[in-house]
Amino acid sequence: MYKIAKANLPALFRLIAENQELYLPVNTADQVNFAAWTEDAQVDLDKLKTVKSPKDVFFPQSENLYSCVKDGKKISIEPEALKEQNFVVFGMKACDIRGVEVLDKVFLAEPVDSFYKARRDHGTIVAMACHEPEESCFCKVFGIDCADPAADVAAWMIGDELFWKPITEKGEALTKLAESLLENADEAKVEAEKTAIRSIVEQLPYSDLSLEGWNGDVLMDKFNSPVWEELYKPCLACGTCTFVCPTCQCYDIKDYDTGHGIQRYRCWDSCMYSDFTMMAHGNNRTSQMQRFRQRFMHKLVYFPANNGGMYSCVGCGRCVEKCPASLNIVKVVKAFQKQGGSNS
Amino acid sequence: MQELISRIKALLADKTVDRVLGWKAGDMPYNPEPAYFETEEDLKDFVYDGFCGANLSKYMIEASKLEGKTLVCLKPCDTYSFNQLIKEHRVDREKAYIIGVGCKGKLDIDKIKAQGIKGIKSISGAEIDGAADTLKIDTMYGEKTCSYADAMLERCHVCKGKEHMIYDEIIGESKDTADGNRFDEVAKIEAMSPEEKFAFFQKELSKCIRCNACRNVCPACSCRKCVFDSNKFDSAQKANVVSFEEKMFHIIRAFHVAGRCTDCGECSRVCPQGIPLHLFNRKFIKDINAFYGDYQAGADVDAKAPLTNFTFDDIEPGERG
Repeated sequence: MYKIAKANLPALFRLIAENQELYLPVNTADQVNFAAWTEDAQVDLDKLKTVKSPKDVFFPQSENLYSCVKDGKKISIEPEALKEQNFVVFGMKACDIRGVEVLDKVFLAEPVDSFYKARRDHGTIVAMACHEPEESCFCKVFGIDCADPAADVAAWMIGDELFWKPITEKGEALTKLAESLLENADEAKVEAEKTAIRSIVEQLPYSDLSLEGWNGDVLMDKFNSPVWEELYKPCLACGTCTFVCPTCQCYDIKDYDTGHGIQRYRCWDSCMYSDFTMMAHGNNRTSQMQRFRQRFMHKLVYFPANNGGMYSCVGCGRCVEKCPASLNIVKVVKAFQKQGGSNS
Repeated sequence: MQELISRIKALLADKTVDRVLGWKAGDMPYNPEPAYFETEEDLKDFVYDGFCGANLSKYMIEASKLEGKTLVCLKPCDTYSFNQLIKEHRVDREKAYIIGVGCKGKLDIDKIKAQGIKGIKSISGAEIDGAADTLKIDTMYGEKTCSYADAMLERCHVCKGKEHMIYDEIIGESKDTADGNRFDEVAKIEAMSPEEKFAFFQKELSKCIRCNACRNVCPACSCRKCVFDSNKFDSAQKANVVSFEEKMFHIIRAFHVAGRCTDCGECSRVCPQGIPLHLFNRKFIKDINAFYGDYQAGADVDAKAPLTNFTFDDIEPGERG
């Protein structure tokens, strides 16, 4: 276990950024999101949750896959280069790290997504414990311990000091790079902090949310439930929930006409959008109820069915905070509980 | 609120209306959701308090397609949107029974949280009855207080007034909560150099994640198929290409709603990235006022809108009013 004074963090960031890109929570125009560190960046490590999850460090909202360039009658195809430089993501919370594990299931399974894999291979994650979890958090429901996040390095901000514990080889390498700024520390303060965080988590209003009855075996029961017809109505069909979510992974692939060729790019898609999974024959979800249902069925039924019971919700609570109509996955789960007093 | 609920029950019972469009209590003190109620039993979840900021006018587009009448609760500023939707033939007046609900300013939970208040368990003072100047907030990290005015949505600080522009009946008192001029912020931006303006908007709009919440919540955005969703045009795209967000999407949207935007402020309320989108609309409103005389979209259902009406007195392109 090591530690570094909070006042020395700018020096740490400078040191890391000399060698590689560094992404961390930065305040831009009053909103905190993960962004590349620069000397002028307003780093904000106190904000519990960034607006967007950090997933776009590994899975950007929009990225080019290849370009076609037309020169007379010749067409050349240039694949987009894969990430080759190492980088560090600093300050990811336990829920967002589980989010990346969910993305791994999708993008690292055969056929492996080479763009995603290159970023995963080159990225080192410094996780941070959640000092004061908030009422919209429910990571505990998914067995996540926000007091003790596991990544390449785990860190705790306690008072004016950041405690630092390398976990993996990548984490050891980063620790070596930063060793001139780190000093040895004992674990007592960290253990006390963990206990304090866990006791707060116990009191969070959503911590006892029951997911009983949500699994891969209830597909048709849940799919055909009349509850969806009631639930979806306030939904504005915007993509806020899907775009702030750490696990939403659906994307669209499109061509951008450059005038002398095309850029084939992919960008996040949202099941809330009317052209989601649109095919030549048309759209297989024709109503907003169906699109709304898709999001929650995917997170709580389809994904666990295909991934050994793993939910693709991590309880970060961003949708709880950001939905313009105040709908969210917690309300969905509760509505099913209420209906008939059971979960089915 | 009891008076409102009793009246709603009576109107449902005597079949004046078939359903009610209002707000349903959330599972937090601050997250009620727009909801339909069809029976007296449903109404046990009905709520109307300081957190019911959502403008229900737009939901009336869909409700107008249903059988029978829908009772809709509209705040004074929401009624401007409803009038504008009547003018655009997007809602059916005959299908609506409008209860003009009293409003004393609506609250913005983000403003409360921006004061460092977190772990919120309960909030008192947001109830519609009574006139609390201070919100008492019980949190996991102790008791906090916050002045009601400091927690109000931006739009309430430039309130258009306590009068409902259209209604069948009014229940509850309203208060004009304005303590500023809605064009002050616009004037500040007008005073900037072109480079400063560009930097300002680039910084704000680069936060955009193209979630389309601003468009989807906007009562003036009522096209059945938005050009940005149509796969028949190159304009259709979901990619968050920063240069596009800054230069196209929000600018085109602002142009499209110009002269029709009532300044209801929903775009800024719902933006997950806190982009002050209302500034675009207010710039257009300010210019329209300067060029064609004062005009408030949604103040009535009859007046011809300046941008869709030709008169010989209209200013010429390039002229400044």
